Amino acid sequence: MMVSPANTQRVAVGFMWALAAITFAVLVFILAFILAHGLPHVTWTFLTQSPTSMGREGGVFPMMVGTILVAGLAVLVAAPIGVATAVYLTEYTREGRLTTVIRFGADCLAGVPSIIFGLFGFVFFAITLGMGLSVLSGSLTLALMVLPTIIRTSEEAIRSVPTSYREVSFGLGSTRWQTVIYVVLRSALPGISTGIVLSLGRSISETAAVMLTAGSALRLPRSLFDSSRTLALHFYILAREGISMPNAYATASVLIIAILALNLLSYWLMRRFVAKVGR
Amino acid sequence: MKRDKLIGAVLLVVALSAISGLALIAAFIFREGVPIILRVGAGQFFFSTDWEPSLGHFGILSMIGGSLAVTAGAAVIGVVFSLGLAIVLTQFAPPGLAAALKPAIELLAGIPSVVYGFVGAVTLVPLIRHLLGGPGLSVLAASIVLGIMILPTITSIAIDALQAVPRSYVEGSIALGATRWQTVTMVLLRAARSGLVAAVILGMGRAIGETMAVIMVAGNALALPHSPLDPVRTLTSNIALEMGYASGDHRQALFATGVTLFIIITLLNTAALAVSRRRAKRRRVG
Repeated sequence: MMVSPANTQRVAVGFMWALAAITFAVLVFILAFILAHGLPHVTWTFLTQSPTSMGREGGVFPMMVGTILVAGLAVLVAAPIGVATAVYLTEYTREGRLTTVIRFGADCLAGVPSIIFGLFGFVFFAITLGMGLSVLSGSLTLALMVLPTIIRTSEEAIRSVPTSYREVSFGLGSTRWQTVIYVVLRSALPGISTGIVLSLGRSISETAAVMLTAGSALRLPRSLFDSSRTLALHFYILAREGISMPNAYATASVLIIAILALNLLSYWLMRRFVAKVGR
Repeated sequence: MKRDKLIGAVLLVVALSAISGLALIAAFIFREGVPIILRVGAGQFFFSTDWEPSLGHFGILSMIGGSLAVTAGAAVIGVVFSLGLAIVLTQFAPPGLAAALKPAIELLAGIPSVVYGFVGAVTLVPLIRHLLGGPGLSVLAASIVLGIMILPTITSIAIDALQAVPRSYVEGSIALGATRWQTVTMVLLRAARSGLVAAVILGMGRAIGETMAVIMVAGNALALPHSPLDPVRTLTSNIALEMGYASGDHRQALFATGVTLFIIITLLNTAALAVSRRRAKRRRVG
């Protein structure tokens, strides 16, 4: 018996909706599972105290500071380089062999697994350049890791600025550099910021690369050359070594809330950008 | 004008230094890892399952097998879900709903891999142990967790590929009396094929490179898997698990594991790039 095309469609589309529903349910489940187990343990003391007995007791204050330092510095280093690269690719050159090479390099860099970044950061920054397992080694490694994301999102944002903006600016006698700074980058700023915020999220979430480059010291880092454990790594160690499940859940909750906040921020920035440039 | 040229030159230097990071990574990983492969012998290193660093035995075949098994499993799950999502979001969902679901998929990409691993370890692993037997920590558990993790990557590239198909193809098919679903299978998927293939290859690259989630759910056993319920150790887990205390030859062998991973990833990326370049060429002609 032949199944009618209309019925086939009904079954196929129903199946795909089921897949979409499962995906959405998995997302909600992961978030709810962590927050339900962890939020009750996220107290003011947990956020402001140092851990004691390897994290069995006490809080995560040094890890929060470490995370902000490592991730913040990574983005601070990667953002100017990434945006400059994007400006070069879009405003200062024509498509040719050179742009192909640069894009190919960025694409390949984006595909390198984080553990390889970790190995590289360990032998290059920590050992060869003598920075040791430190905030600095960790953040430079992460900077290299998020660079492709910043290049790509900045390039897209700059490209979607209408050509007429540039023409008007040139027509008024501006140089290329003035046009880039006052017209192009200003219009593309929300789009570029989206990429930067997403990179910040990735830096905060990263564990493998940080483990091999920033180390896992429990105390508050006093300089950029001190080792510091990030929240993600602290969570991993607490959970894997079974040190304290309540504290593991609580640490994960702090991490999840930070990620949620950054995603909301990037979503809001993107909407502003689309409203402004009007795609 | 002169100043503009100078700025252009400075920007070029910055752009090139950004990219030289890739060369630097390759150079340092290979410099640390290749000597031990040559000393042990490539045949021994790649095709022996005997990994006993304290005895100087370095064979990574179990890890290669583990990585491939887990990646293949993740690809199957990732492809089914991602294609379904991409098709439903671009073809069947009302625009408002599609706009609401996309940020959810992006959020899925933002969840840290340690969190995926942890939730997998405390919910999925016991479930597999109870329902299917075995230790629970297994190829299957890792495949499911990785499949979900690579879903956002594949979905977003697949959506781009589907949206790049000219509207006229779809309209032509509908006008000929095909249902929307017939149009999807006979026109849309075929026209977007190379983009979809590139999406899947890039997703597999993500899966094979993932570390922390796999460590927590795959069981890390040093043996080639014989069933999806067997525990395995991947190339990435091997590095992350042992790097903390390794020194000398052992550390070099871990870098050599990184070299292997680097080569596999480069092959996958080149394949994805070649596929999507072919698509670009065809579109320019057509």
